[in-house]
Amino acid sequence: MNQDVENGGRTVQVASMAAQGEAMIKVEGMHKWYDTFHVLKGLDLDVSRGERIVICGPSGSGKSTFIRCINRLEEHQKGRIVVDGVELTNDLRNIELIRREVGMVFQHFNLFPHLTVLENCCLAPIWVRKTPRREAEEQAMKYLERVKIPEQAKKYPGQLSGGQQQRVAIARSLCMNPKIMLFDEPTSALDPEMIKEVLDVMVELAQSGMTMICVTHEMGFAKTVADRVIFMDQGEIVEQGPPSEFFGNPREPRTQQFLQQILHH
Amino acid sequence: MSGATKRDVVLPPASTVGVLGWIRKNLFPSWYSGVVTVVLGYFIISNFIPMINWALFNADFIGESSADCSGEGACWVFIGTRFDFFIYGFYPEAEFWRINVLYVIFALLIVPQFFNAVLTRIKMVLGVLGVTIFPVLAFILIRGSETFGLEIIETNRWGGLTLTLILAYVGIVAAIPIGILLALGRRSDMPLVRALSVVFIEFWRGVPLITILFMASVMLPLFLPEGVSFDRLLRALIGITLFQSAYMAEVIRGGLQAIPKGQYEAAEAMGLGYWRSMGLIILPQALKIVIPGIVNTLISLFKDTTLVLIIGLFDLLNAVQTTIIDPAWRNVAIEGYVFAAFLFWVFCFGMSRYSQQLERKLHRGHKR
Repeated sequence: MNQDVENGGRTVQVASMAAQGEAMIKVEGMHKWYDTFHVLKGLDLDVSRGERIVICGPSGSGKSTFIRCINRLEEHQKGRIVVDGVELTNDLRNIELIRREVGMVFQHFNLFPHLTVLENCCLAPIWVRKTPRREAEEQAMKYLERVKIPEQAKKYPGQLSGGQQQRVAIARSLCMNPKIMLFDEPTSALDPEMIKEVLDVMVELAQSGMTMICVTHEMGFAKTVADRVIFMDQGEIVEQGPPSEFFGNPREPRTQQFLQQILHH
Repeated sequence: MSGATKRDVVLPPASTVGVLGWIRKNLFPSWYSGVVTVVLGYFIISNFIPMINWALFNADFIGESSADCSGEGACWVFIGTRFDFFIYGFYPEAEFWRINVLYVIFALLIVPQFFNAVLTRIKMVLGVLGVTIFPVLAFILIRGSETFGLEIIETNRWGGLTLTLILAYVGIVAAIPIGILLALGRRSDMPLVRALSVVFIEFWRGVPLITILFMASVMLPLFLPEGVSFDRLLRALIGITLFQSAYMAEVIRGGLQAIPKGQYEAAEAMGLGYWRSMGLIILPQALKIVIPGIVNTLISLFKDTTLVLIIGLFDLLNAVQTTIIDPAWRNVAIEGYVFAAFLFWVFCFGMSRYSQQLERKLHRGHKR
C-alpha cells in the first residue's frame, strides 16, 4: 500500500493504519442471484481501515450490485459480509447499525427534492443519531463548506446544477460521520464540465483518510487516489492490484481488453 | 438620448392591444370562432337574465308565510322561515348556542388557512388543533355532558347542515390516515399485511355506499346480540369512513408509485428505517403529488354524505326535502334545492380553492 509522496503526511499515517490489517469490510464467498440469474459469483474482498478502492468493469458486470450489498440495498443469498465487526443478516437492527456507519453516494444523487439543501444534510443526524438541531446544522454547514457550496444551503435541490447536487449528496452522507463511503458511479450522470468539481471533492475526501469504495469509470481518479483497483466482469473479480500495476501491467486478457477499450479514444 | 429612445419604441398596432385587441384575439379570431361566440353569448345572456330576475329582482325576501310571496320570482321567505331547521335539524332551540360556538371556532380554525399572510407555523398549530381538540370539544358541546352541566341531546335530534358537516368532517379526518395506512399496507413486503390491505380495499371499493349504509342500518342490528344497540349515526360514520378510506388508499398509492426508487434507497441507506423513511421522505412527496386526487375524493365524500337520508338521518338535503312538501307552501322545491346546492357548492369550492393554494405553496421549483 504505497502512497504517492505528494499526498502528504496524513496519508502516510493512514497507510500505516491500513497496514495493520484492521478489516473494515470483510466479504467471503458472497453469491447473489436475481431469481435464477447468477449476478455475483463468489466474491471475496477485505478492505482495511482507510483503504481507497476503485471498482471498474463493463456494464452488467455486477459492480454496482456488489457495493449495494455492502449496505444491504441488495440482499446476498450466500456467503458472509461483515462491516466494521457487524455481520449483515436479516436482523434489522444490524442492518440499521451498519447503514449508520456506511455513507452512500448514488449515480442520480437522490437528494430529497422537498427539503432544502441544509434540511437534506440535517435529516439523518437529527432523526437517526438524535443530534440536536443546532449542532446538526452547524455540522452540515461545515461539510457544505468542505464541498464548497455553503451559499446554497437554503435552496432546494431542483435549483442546483448536477455537479452541485452531487456535492450536496456527498456532504449529506458525510453529515452522518460514516466510517465507510460507497460511491456508485457518482459522475456518470453529470455533464462533462461538472465532473471535475465532484472528483475534486472525492480526492480531498480520499486524502483525509476515509475508507472508500468507488465504482467509477474515472481512471484518472483511480490512478491518483486508489490504493487498489478491482476489475470485475460477469459477477467475478477478475483482477486486482495497486493502480501502477493494474494500469501499467495488467495480467488478465479480459482486463487488458477492457483497459484498451476505455483508455483509447 | 430620450428622443432617441422614443423613436426606438415602436408601438404595436392599436387593434391588437387594449379592450378591442382582447375582444378581437379571444372572441373573434376567425369567422367561425366569431359565430361560436355570438351563438354561445346569446344562450348565456338569454338564460342568465331570467335567472337573475328570478333569483334577485322578482324574488321575495321578507315575510312570514307563503302569502308574502308574489309567485313571480323565487320565494326566499321559505328559506328564511325554515333556516333554523336547515342548519340545526331537530336540535332544541335553547341549545343552538352550543352549535353556534362550534361554527365560530370552526371558522377561526379554517379561515386563516386561506391566507398567505398567516405564518405556516400558525396554520400548522390550527390544523393540529382542528383534528385533535376540536373534535372532542365538538362532541362534548353537541352531544352534551352531565359533568359540564350540558343537557344530553341524542343523535336522532341532530340534523341539517350541522349533521352534514359532522359526517363530512369525521369522514375526512379519519379517512386520510386510514387511507395512508392501507396504501402503505398494500405496498408492504409482508404478504399478510399486503393481502389484508388488498382484501379490505377491494371489498369496500366494490360495494356501493348506499348498500353499506343500508346494511349498517338494517342488517347490522340483526347480527348484534339482543339488547345491544349501536348508535345509528355512529354506524353511518363508520360506514362512510371505511368506504372513503378505501378510495383514499388507492389515490395515495398512486402517489407512492410516482416516487422514484432512488428516494426509497437514499432514505434506507441513511439508516432511517421504514416509518421514518415513509414519514419524512416518501409520504410528504407522495401526498403532494396526489393533492388533486385527494381533494377530488374529499369533495365526493362531502356530497356522498347526502346518502344518509336512506337510513333516515336528517342531513341538509333530507331536511330540505322534508320541508318542501309542506302543504302550507306552494312550489318551493326549486328554492329549497337551490339553497341546498348553494351550500354544498360553497364548501366544495372552498376545498378546491384550498387545495390549489396548497399545491402552489408546496411547489419546489424545478424538477428533481
